[in-house]
Amino acid sequence: MIDLDIQKSHVIHQWKADSPLIACRISPRGDQCVSAAQDSTLQRWNIPGGEKVVLKGHESWAHALTYNTTGDLLISGGCEGRLIWWSIADVEPKAIRTIDAHQGWIRGVERSPDGQTLVSVGNDRTIRLWKTDSGEKLAEWSAHDRHIYSAAFHPDGVHLLTGDLMGKIHVWKLADRTLVRTLDGSTLYGPNPGQAAEFGGVRSLAISPNGTEVFAAGTHKGSNPFGAVHEPLLLRFQWTDGALTKSHVCDGIPGGLLFRACSLNDATVVSVSGGSTGGILLFFNATQEKEVHRAMLPNIARDMDLHAATGLVASAHHDSHLRISGLFA
Amino acid sequence: MKIAKYACGSTDHIVNRRRFLSGVAGSVATTGAVVGGLGTLTQGIAAAEIQRRDMRVVVFNMHGGLSQLESWDPKPLTRTGGPFRAIPTSVPGIHVSELLPMTAKQMHHLCLLRGVNTSEDDHGKGAYMMLTGRRQTPSAEFPQIGSVAAKMLHDDQTGLPGHIVVTPGGGGGRGNEAAYLGPKFSSIQLGGDKPPQNSNKPDAVSDEAEKRRHEIRRKINEQFLNQRRSAITDAYTHSYEQALRLMERREVFDVSKEPDSAKQRYGSSDLGRQCLMARRLLENGVSFVQVTHSNYDTHNDNFNFHIEQVGEFDQAFATFIDDLAQRGMLEKTLVVVLSEFGRTPNINLYYGRDHWSKAWSIAMAGAGVQHGVAFGKTNDEGTEVIDGQCDHGDIFHTILRAVGVDSSQSLIVDGREVPIADPAAEPIWKVLA
Repeated sequence: MIDLDIQKSHVIHQWKADSPLIACRISPRGDQCVSAAQDSTLQRWNIPGGEKVVLKGHESWAHALTYNTTGDLLISGGCEGRLIWWSIADVEPKAIRTIDAHQGWIRGVERSPDGQTLVSVGNDRTIRLWKTDSGEKLAEWSAHDRHIYSAAFHPDGVHLLTGDLMGKIHVWKLADRTLVRTLDGSTLYGPNPGQAAEFGGVRSLAISPNGTEVFAAGTHKGSNPFGAVHEPLLLRFQWTDGALTKSHVCDGIPGGLLFRACSLNDATVVSVSGGSTGGILLFFNATQEKEVHRAMLPNIARDMDLHAATGLVASAHHDSHLRISGLFA
Repeated sequence: MKIAKYACGSTDHIVNRRRFLSGVAGSVATTGAVVGGLGTLTQGIAAAEIQRRDMRVVVFNMHGGLSQLESWDPKPLTRTGGPFRAIPTSVPGIHVSELLPMTAKQMHHLCLLRGVNTSEDDHGKGAYMMLTGRRQTPSAEFPQIGSVAAKMLHDDQTGLPGHIVVTPGGGGGRGNEAAYLGPKFSSIQLGGDKPPQNSNKPDAVSDEAEKRRHEIRRKINEQFLNQRRSAITDAYTHSYEQALRLMERREVFDVSKEPDSAKQRYGSSDLGRQCLMARRLLENGVSFVQVTHSNYDTHNDNFNFHIEQVGEFDQAFATFIDDLAQRGMLEKTLVVVLSEFGRTPNINLYYGRDHWSKAWSIAMAGAGVQHGVAFGKTNDEGTEVIDGQCDHGDIFHTILRAVGVDSSQSLIVDGREVPIADPAAEPIWKVLA
């Protein structure tokens, strides 16, 4: 394991795609990264060489990406409602399975801790479970009143969490799909009533590796969402009873929104803020409300991923660059 | 604001030389020859007048600037297209954004104008241009389409105002859109699906007392008007009488009288209720209704906002069109969906689209426009118009023509002719049926 030092985080690689990027995920082995672009293609990048292979198959943007446990498969979810399984470790990756999975946007695809199950969520307000290897649908249920923005499996393998536009975070028992409780993330729903439009949502859910804390990322103080005036917000909940223990806020980021949050082993959260203030990596821990560190990125970021074992953070940027930062000296 | 000097002299009564001659020409065209003298001529004009007075206009004002790429002119799988796909419609060959699945089924009633270029990216100026058909200048003020429609189309005998603007919230009172036409043609503004403010007679006032109060008011007014009549005083008197008649017809504004099935079809959104209100108003003789759907000024998070907003619009609008068609009202009702401008093909850093007036779209339906057509074309990325370009002035002319109003005519204001539409523009003849 590498000695992580978030204070030393810095960009170590940047590679350019042909179109602005919207999403990225690092492979389980940390040897490659996949990004998704506004031209509806995916890109596979080797780490550290940066060799690129372009994957075509979606008819729309793919916001949702996840690898299987071994890193042989990538599953992508598009705004056309389609899930595609890719043989991502092949020299020339191919789409090996395509399923019309949702009506409208797929906003999240995640794999279970044992890697056997996938969850997909999206604008049709429905949660669907799939067998990772075969693509067989295991279950589906209508779950939220509004678009589902994010999902995460709890490390116990027993529970699933889903978050929606209104900031509702439902905790489900996977075995019988019963609703265990709902965490109140309503501060992440932040429209300006004068603008008469919905805004906010649980953009990302994360859980500490030991399962004791839940993190919900997004935005608040949307005084002018149409003009990108809103601030980043990360909510920290206690798993045992769902109590909100901290609302992490930031000074001096008047145009920020947390697109993703990931937890390190010590429950320090790495997140990325995009929006009119720029691209910023923000680090939060349980000791203080404000971030413990921030690192400016060269351009607006739209997504990020963490590979804790190697201390690498990938970020997807509007300037078409995939950037790899190292959380070490 | 210009005030008409009555000579009789109300602008209400003035038909200028051009309009008179156009009436003659119309009569000649109808009969094939000028026969029967002035009596026949008058009958011809009267018939046209009656027909015209049956016409209605509804404007959907998509406040803030609806994205043409997320509505009428999608460009999927291009640099500028965004994440939404195009879907087929009830008219083979015409596709719209997948955010409009219900509207797509009504495409056979619609006429899309995909070549709008207004070259004005300011909200206020753009709105002024689209609603008046002219550029804003310090030297002149022009009436909005609602006021013009009220003047040219409305029958006062309905007991209802000719010009109603339904706003998303608040509302009440009168607008100030009539310019030289005078305040009589300014809008009555409704807040959502609620009747006009203060249109209920207070319980404490008996019918008899109410009647006496108005008799006194009329007498005093009459004495005053005998000496000092002006457009303002007339508008004042008209407002009172209009308010009285409106109170008698208050039930028209009561959307709760609609069956539950209708409410369900229009949807539970504010816009759904406003559309239901609009249909009731049109059915009862209101000549012009403007419905506002807010807000589309999506510099940030354009796609999420458009999912919400256009989704809401789709159900209400498609149901409205279908309802008018089923009731046989669409032939005499022109529906126009417009904004102050469109949105940039370029997608900015925050998933937003900014103001864009060089190449955007509006939609029309009913009355005298063709149906099931898309007129005009933008290039592959939607950055410029390559065919069928039109602007606010052309659209204003077209709206008037589509409801039987000769848009080349003028009114006499302060002794001079004022064309009701910009003489530098003209109707888009190809879209007129």
